[in-house]
Order: sequence, then C-alpha cells, then structure tokens
Amino acid sequence: MSMTSEGGHGAVPTGPEVPVEPKAATARRDWPLYEVFVRGKRGINHVHVGSLHAPDDEMAVHAARDLYTRRNEGVSIWVVRSADITASSPDEKDPMFAPSGDKVYRHPTFYEIPENVPHM
Amino acid sequence: MSAPTLERPAPDEAALQEQFDATVSAEHRIEPRDWMPEGYRKTLVRQIAQHAHSEIIGMQPEGDWLLAAPSLRRKAILLAKVQDEAGHGLYLYSAAETLGADRADLTDKLIEGRQKYSSIFNYPTLTYADVGVIGWFVDGAAICNQVPLCRSSYGPYARAMIRICKEESFHQRQGYELLMTMVRGTDEQRAMVQDAVDRWWWPSLMMFGPPDDDSPNSAQSMAWGIKRHSNDELRQRYVDMSVPQAEVLGVTLPDPELTYDEASGHYRFGAIDWSEFKRVISGDGPMNAVRIARRRAARDDNAWVREAATAYARKHAS
Repeated sequence: MSMTSEGGHGAVPTGPEVPVEPKAATARRDWPLYEVFVRGKRGINHVHVGSLHAPDDEMAVHAARDLYTRRNEGVSIWVVRSADITASSPDEKDPMFAPSGDKVYRHPTFYEIPENVPHM
Repeated sequence: MSAPTLERPAPDEAALQEQFDATVSAEHRIEPRDWMPEGYRKTLVRQIAQHAHSEIIGMQPEGDWLLAAPSLRRKAILLAKVQDEAGHGLYLYSAAETLGADRADLTDKLIEGRQKYSSIFNYPTLTYADVGVIGWFVDGAAICNQVPLCRSSYGPYARAMIRICKEESFHQRQGYELLMTMVRGTDEQRAMVQDAVDRWWWPSLMMFGPPDDDSPNSAQSMAWGIKRHSNDELRQRYVDMSVPQAEVLGVTLPDPELTYDEASGHYRFGAIDWSEFKRVISGDGPMNAVRIARRRAARDDNAWVREAATAYARKHAS
C-alpha cells in the first residue's frame, strides 16, 4: 500500500488499489450542481468561489451562504446551475483568443508620446 | 459510404502532453477543461477525495465534546470549528467533481471502506484536553501539509486549499489557547493536558506518511506539481515548530530521544512505530468501526430529508 502525506489531515493510501472512477449505477445526480459566485463587498464583482449540489435554486442560495460565507466573506451571492453555463474551452484558446493577441495598437503603450506632454 | 463529418482531427497526444508539461513546469495551473494525463487525474481524485473524507470524518472526534464543552464560549468555538471541517470537506468534494468524480459515489466508497481517511481520526478523544491537543497537533500538522498544497498544480485544488488554510489557523490557535488556559489551572488539569499530549504526539507525526524511502508514488506526484515537499521534510518542519511551542506550554513531548542538533539546526526525534500506523489505516484502529458506522448512519438516516427536498423542488418546478 503506497501512502502520501497529502491527505491534508494526514497520510492516506494513494496507490492504484484505491478506486477513483464513479460507478454509473450509484451516481445520484438528482440534485443538480450549482456554481457559486460571491460579491465580497460593495464595489467589487461577484467572483466564482466553488460549487455545491442543491435540490432547487432557493436551497442552493441557502447552502451557499452556509458554506461560503461563514466569516463575512460576502454581501451578495449568485448561484447558477453548472449545466446552464456556456464556456469557452481552454483547449480552444488559440482560435478563440488569438485574434486579440496581435492587436497591440489596442493598448495605450503602443503610442509614443513625447515626455514633455503633460497629463497623458 | 460514411456521412461527412465536421469533427476536427484528434489532437496528437504527444503534443498535448508537451503542452501539459510546459504548463506545470512554468508553474501555471492546470484547469478542469484542460487536457491532462489520465494518471494525473486519477491521482488527484484519489488524493482530493481522501482529503475530503478526512475533513468529514474529522468532525467526529471533536464533535463528541460539543455537549460537554465547559462554557458557552468554548462551545461556540468548537461548533464553529466542527462546522469548518464540514465546509472543508465540501470545498474538496467540489474540487474532486471538477475531475469527473461524483460526490455521492465518493461517500459510498468511503463508507464501503474502499477509500480511506487520515488514520489520526481513528483515535478516541478521551478528555476535554484532547480537543485542545487536536487543534494544536493535528491541525498544526494539517497546516504543514496543506500550506504547500496552495501551490498545487491543479487550480481548483489549490484554490480550495487557500480557503482551508485561512480557516485552519483559527483551529490551531483556539486549541493552543485552550491548552494555555488549562495549564494555568489545577494540577489535575495540567495532568490532563500532559496525558493528551502523550497520546496524540506519535499519531500526529504519522500524519506525514511513511518515510521517503517507503513512499513510492511521491516522485511522480512531485513531478506533476501535486506534491511539493517530501513526507520526511514536512515531518521535520513540524517537529521543529512544535518543540518550542511545547516549551512555552510547559508540557513534555513523549520522546526521550528528542534532542536539538546544533549542526543541522533541527530537532532529532526517535523512531516512529510504523506497524501501528499500518494497522490503524488498514481498519484496525480503536475507532475505525465507530467512525464509519456514524457516517453511514448520517447518510442513511437523513435520506428522507434529501428525498423530501427533491420532491418539493419537483413539485414547484412544474
């Protein structure tokens, strides 16, 4: 049995004898997965903090409050079903984001302005 | 004749591996939808799931003292701590799910004994001083293990660890403060603290896992940026931190061979009984059966609550 210390609270077996694949038959996905976003304080954006399972939207907000704001971490919570998020995949990063890569003229530093021009 | 397909050609695995290796070696994070080697994914699921299980089972030893805490202040603190452990478990299950694992299935694997949790939680909390010593030793050792994991190569795991580490510091400090209070009390209270120290010290050192020469998977985990320091390195760091803390508290660590080595600047300590560790992790510790039975009861006895919530959600959705 091979062990590592990286079980956080202590060493746990990490060898191939520990199963990791979900059994399709037992997977209970009747509570959907929600992604949770928290606004830390007024004036800043909601930020993704993690996910949880809940039976409906309202319970998801309650659970998010208990799980992600035990120490005043937020003034507002958004939850959204993970399945409802449309994402660009990092795998597609080249075709998706490359067009902005060579447009250096969109940045202010592209333009040379003499040192003696004030307030620019 | 086959229909024309719009599928893009399968990317070349070697190129993907190269991109993955470059991301890891540049200290950038791997994110859920990135390509990753199958072994990397499996190793992370194993580790994160068992870490999550440790947090969840870790609620029990201290939870046993919730109704016997000596004051409202101590009870409020202990409740907050036990609630944090639940939160830590859930942050971690959330990270495991980004790798395709299923939360309920992981719980089943824990209850069936197919996945493990830290051996430390298979020891009983015999006196209230154990609550303090767990905070000081067990959470202190957890911090040693967890702080480097904040830089783990897998993004969701690293982010969960940052949250956990922030909260873990409260756990260690409340434990130490509890013990400070007890050692300022009666002889009987001081004896209770020493007794708890005697029982928890060696199991705490075992939390770091077997010696490096008996830890065959560590090298791969290090190469993947999942693991950052070897078991022995972390153990040494922990001993070096703990000795001066014990001195301030006025307790004796139960190791006659514990001495300061001027040359290296480290404390040398005695041999660890690895046969005990292997016995306990394999299921033969004092509390293994109790811990799993309680987790099973929590799953089964509360099933009706989950079912009722599901039924309510269905009714209101239509």
